[in-house]
Amino acid sequence: MAIKIEMPKLSDTMEEGVIAKWNVNEGDSVSAGDIIAEVETDKATMDVEVFDAGTILKIVPGEGDAVPLGGLIAIVGEVGEDISSLLDNDSSSAPTNSSPVAEDDKVTKAEEAMAAPTAVVAPSQGDGRIKASPLAKKIAADKGVDLNSISGSGPEGRIVKKDVETAQSATSSTLTRPGAPAPMASSTAKSFSSLASQEVKVSQMRKVIAKRLSESKFTNPHFYETIDIDMKAAIEARTQLKDKLDIKISFNDIVVKASAVALSRHQAINSSWMGDSIIEHGDVHIAIAVAIDEGLMTPVLRHVDQKGLVQISSETRELAGLARDRKLAPEQMEGSTFTISNLGMFGIEEFTAIINPPNACILAVGAIRDVPVVENGAVVPGKRMKVTLSSDHRIVDGAKAAEFLNTLRSLIENPLSMLL
Amino acid sequence: MAVLQFREALKHAIDEEMSRDERVFVMGEEVAEYNGAYKVTEGLLDKYGYRRVIDTPISELGFAGLGVGAAMNGLRPIVEFMTFNFAVLAADQIINHATKVKYMTGGQADCPIVFRGPNASAGQLGATHSVAYDSMYAHFPGLKVIYVSEPNDAKGLMKSAIRDENPVLFMESEQMYGLKGEVSDEEDFIIPIGKGKIKREGSDVTLVAHGKMYHLAVQAANELAKDGIECEIIDPRTVKPLDLELILKSVKKTNRCIVIDEAHPFAGFAAEIGFLIQREAFDYLDAPVLRVCLPDVNAPFSKPLFDAWLPSPKQIIDAVKQVSY
Repeated sequence: MAIKIEMPKLSDTMEEGVIAKWNVNEGDSVSAGDIIAEVETDKATMDVEVFDAGTILKIVPGEGDAVPLGGLIAIVGEVGEDISSLLDNDSSSAPTNSSPVAEDDKVTKAEEAMAAPTAVVAPSQGDGRIKASPLAKKIAADKGVDLNSISGSGPEGRIVKKDVETAQSATSSTLTRPGAPAPMASSTAKSFSSLASQEVKVSQMRKVIAKRLSESKFTNPHFYETIDIDMKAAIEARTQLKDKLDIKISFNDIVVKASAVALSRHQAINSSWMGDSIIEHGDVHIAIAVAIDEGLMTPVLRHVDQKGLVQISSETRELAGLARDRKLAPEQMEGSTFTISNLGMFGIEEFTAIINPPNACILAVGAIRDVPVVENGAVVPGKRMKVTLSSDHRIVDGAKAAEFLNTLRSLIENPLSMLL
Repeated sequence: MAVLQFREALKHAIDEEMSRDERVFVMGEEVAEYNGAYKVTEGLLDKYGYRRVIDTPISELGFAGLGVGAAMNGLRPIVEFMTFNFAVLAADQIINHATKVKYMTGGQADCPIVFRGPNASAGQLGATHSVAYDSMYAHFPGLKVIYVSEPNDAKGLMKSAIRDENPVLFMESEQMYGLKGEVSDEEDFIIPIGKGKIKREGSDVTLVAHGKMYHLAVQAANELAKDGIECEIIDPRTVKPLDLELILKSVKKTNRCIVIDEAHPFAGFAAEIGFLIQREAFDYLDAPVLRVCLPDVNAPFSKPLFDAWLPSPKQIIDAVKQVSY
């Protein structure tokens, strides 16, 4: 009995997965537990295990193809089995038209596919062909639109005229159309040669970033409060740890620790909006934004309020490393109650961050600046760092956010108080 | 404009041509004394006499042959079949003689004859009396095939058919003889053979429908308009020669086409139009060309089966919705 292998749900937010690599070919024997493929999810590249022994009878998507959750990726069974019913079920799960519409050729494959108007999947099908209507192909060729970049709204994901026109109007302002005359070219004006723009396929990660952050920014009423923190004491503490105990910690570690302590004192900040209730989290799990080439990841440090600086520092380094190698396990990216994003190392003085749902707040950390400060009536050199808290006004009000920031400043300015 | 029944429009056309040209005569079963099985020739016997309005025995092959011979010898016969389902008996005269004589004589003999009568089904008449023959005859070189849907077209095209120098099959429907419609009262009103007509303008999908099917297409289009889908209906009126240009122009506008045909699917009118569209307008298609036609099954007698067998507005609506994405 042949068995379908479907795209598994490998993370909470995953809606589709991209086949990063096939480890098997059609005809290969597999035993239970074999890793048959690697799938790139919105978060990480994960292994797909096979649970039944047998022979790989069919591999549906090619490497690089996106498959929605539950979509057929392979069939395992015994050599010679008829798997056409499994494949057919997949191609048109919607009911075919029961009225005697016309004709005998209603049952041909093409029209059967036609009868599944809701099946909209990624344009690239199992055979690697892009399905597009002749008209869509012609318009795409005329206007220089790459069909690879378009997802089809027709049956079986077929790209139709409407899809090309939508895609074209979205990109026409930035794309150079082949064959179009350079608008500024004239015999007298200095000519600028146009360099071709390129269209970049949206990665899984970018799709998720786009979706989640748009949702957050457009749904959560953000407000921002910035506070300037005197870093003199923190710098001294860090130097002492290094010189006397040979312990290396970063300023970010200090901010993380101070935030954890402040969060445990201000529960409203460490909370989530649930629609008709607000969860004030008992634990303090802080997500750290880590920039990687393809985008951004947010590994989560757990129970930070109960951990010391050394442990925080080493765990952060480890998680950041895993993030850069895209080896984070889904559970290492889930369950945050607060997020910290630090662009200080780039010299950014201050910035506002978008809240990382379901958190109520995110802290944006700027660079430590040398500034003239007035001490005892004299201008002396000082060290300052600005942090900006973005808050979801549904949960947090301005005064609550200000109280949290004051606690945070006081902790960083008096590192010893974190021990209390 | 006068409002006439389909049968009256045909009679006016025949009457006008008979009075214009004394070579024109009518021949068939019950056309004279009985005034026509469907009263298309009503009053013609009184007006033109037995010499030009001739009752025949029930012998389709015989009187069709008589007609072909008369046409070759300079007359312009209108041969009525009580239905084209009976003309199968005369198929040898139509296919092997009328259509080929000019070709085989190197142009020495013409055959200007009109074979006319109702075509296709007309309710529960059983398998042998329910066949649409327009596709089949259109298969043969040398024949013109007309299957009209409205009184005005019937009049204008009947006059063209009678004047044509070639054999013309003119198809009607028992179910349309009573249909009323405005008919041009322009003197000597002629519609040229081979010219279709856009009978409803729309931007979303092209429906090609002729004969009785045209009226189903109109019903479907009215329903679909309620859902915001605007159908363009083209009535080709002439099956052969086909006004392909008109169809292509519409398909290039709507990018979608459904052909509605009362014939069986295999090698039928709808199949031919589908082929021509993909060849001539491939780059303009945003969806496959679909057809609504009979199944590959003979006409059932049972009422429920017959209703399921015959194309319906519902089937047209379903087909349009299938390609509307």
